[in-house]
Amino acid sequence: MTTPNRTLPPSVVRLIDAFAQLPGIGPKSASRLTYYLLRAPSEVSLTLADALRDLKTLTRLCSVCLNITERDPCEICSDPARDHSLICVVEEPLDVVAIERSRSFTGVYHVLHGVISPMNGVGPDDLRLRELLARIDKANATRQPVREVILATNPTLEGENTASFIQRKLAGAGVRVTRLARGLPVGGDLEYADEITLSRALEGRQDM
Amino acid sequence: MSRARVYATEAIILRRADYGEADRLLTLMTPQLGKLRVIAKGARKITSRKAGHIELFARVRLLLARGRTFDIVSQAEVIEAHRPLREDVLRGGYAHYLGELIDQFTQEGNEDPALYDLLANGLMWICDVPRPALAARYFEMRLLTIAGYRPQLFRCARTNAVLEVDQLAGSATDAVASRSLPETTFSPADGGALCAGAAAAARDVLKITPATLAVMRMLQTATLDQLMAVADKFSDQALHQAERAIRQYLSYVLERGLRSTRFIAEIEREQ
Repeated sequence: MTTPNRTLPPSVVRLIDAFAQLPGIGPKSASRLTYYLLRAPSEVSLTLADALRDLKTLTRLCSVCLNITERDPCEICSDPARDHSLICVVEEPLDVVAIERSRSFTGVYHVLHGVISPMNGVGPDDLRLRELLARIDKANATRQPVREVILATNPTLEGENTASFIQRKLAGAGVRVTRLARGLPVGGDLEYADEITLSRALEGRQDM
Repeated sequence: MSRARVYATEAIILRRADYGEADRLLTLMTPQLGKLRVIAKGARKITSRKAGHIELFARVRLLLARGRTFDIVSQAEVIEAHRPLREDVLRGGYAHYLGELIDQFTQEGNEDPALYDLLANGLMWICDVPRPALAARYFEMRLLTIAGYRPQLFRCARTNAVLEVDQLAGSATDAVASRSLPETTFSPADGGALCAGAAAAARDVLKITPATLAVMRMLQTATLDQLMAVADKFSDQALHQAERAIRQYLSYVLERGLRSTRFIAEIEREQ
């Protein structure tokens, strides 16, 4: 909590304190944002206030994929043109946005809302993993079973461990489990590549 | 005296958190500078030249530039990536455990080359040995010794008397084989085993079998190779009791539990 000058009006102090609670915003930045809004036209503040209210009142998690949505099921899950037998498992809702931007995936998603991080006290039970297993079981009991689960967690140690854990959980589910390929990024430079990336790029080389 | 604008150090990435738009805040363990926090600018971008070199628990060579709040990673090169930690979820879990222990036992800026070497070796052990759990126990005992909390397992931690189990057995090797010897009391608060007289007045203690005491003594005195060579002779009960005793002692010393143990227990249960 910041301790601004006591001569400031309480409404200003309240907003500074509210901004200062946001990640990456310190007391100085919080004050700067508040003074910007004080000087800016009323519409800027009111639009921001409406957006903040809508964010909390209109959004929810999709009951199928657990992505953030305003309608349930979300647009992707309720789209009959998508391949519902192909589930891409991602860490966060923003990862869905990134993959959708590539326009090369036509399946559906499952958002874990985190990654296993033992040192931070985040275990498998803290992720939306149970929902994924239930979803696969439910689909496999119908005439449209899940054909493949793509593990698209980040290629970090936590992401790899989370993918390994899910792979083990799905071992007996009769579903093909794949992992996003790892290799050199577009625009990258071999000279600066680390040994794991290089060895995986070599392992995953393809005919031309 | 002015400090150099850039400096080089070897380091192990102990913790990592997202910072700002695309940066990462790294907690490093270094041999000469102890624990320190630095910023890796742009490390979350997919084309970052540094990203692959600053993965969690990697042993790296860094060039750091002095910054206002945090120093900034200017160059990074992997010395040892510890690939098995990525491919085996249990080994990965144990690496988190080792990292958490070192993090808890160190203060920022306190030079401690012995702890750095222990962490570097510990991560190699976790990667290489067939039984990472035993390597973790071995690490715990080494850590307690380096940090000045070596548990007293050969005499009574309160009275310095010879333990009853030794009066009867004569040696720890016999204790592994024999089931008729008396149990010993381990007291986290006293930092070791207690004789029967001291145990009667002690609180929050654990009873350990002669086999458990023998395992704990071996963890304290043997080399890792010696330990692994006889590991199959240890009973599951002795290993679990030793784990519990050491864990309780660690919690007592640190005045808190360890977060990563919950995950390891869950993985081990499944195996």
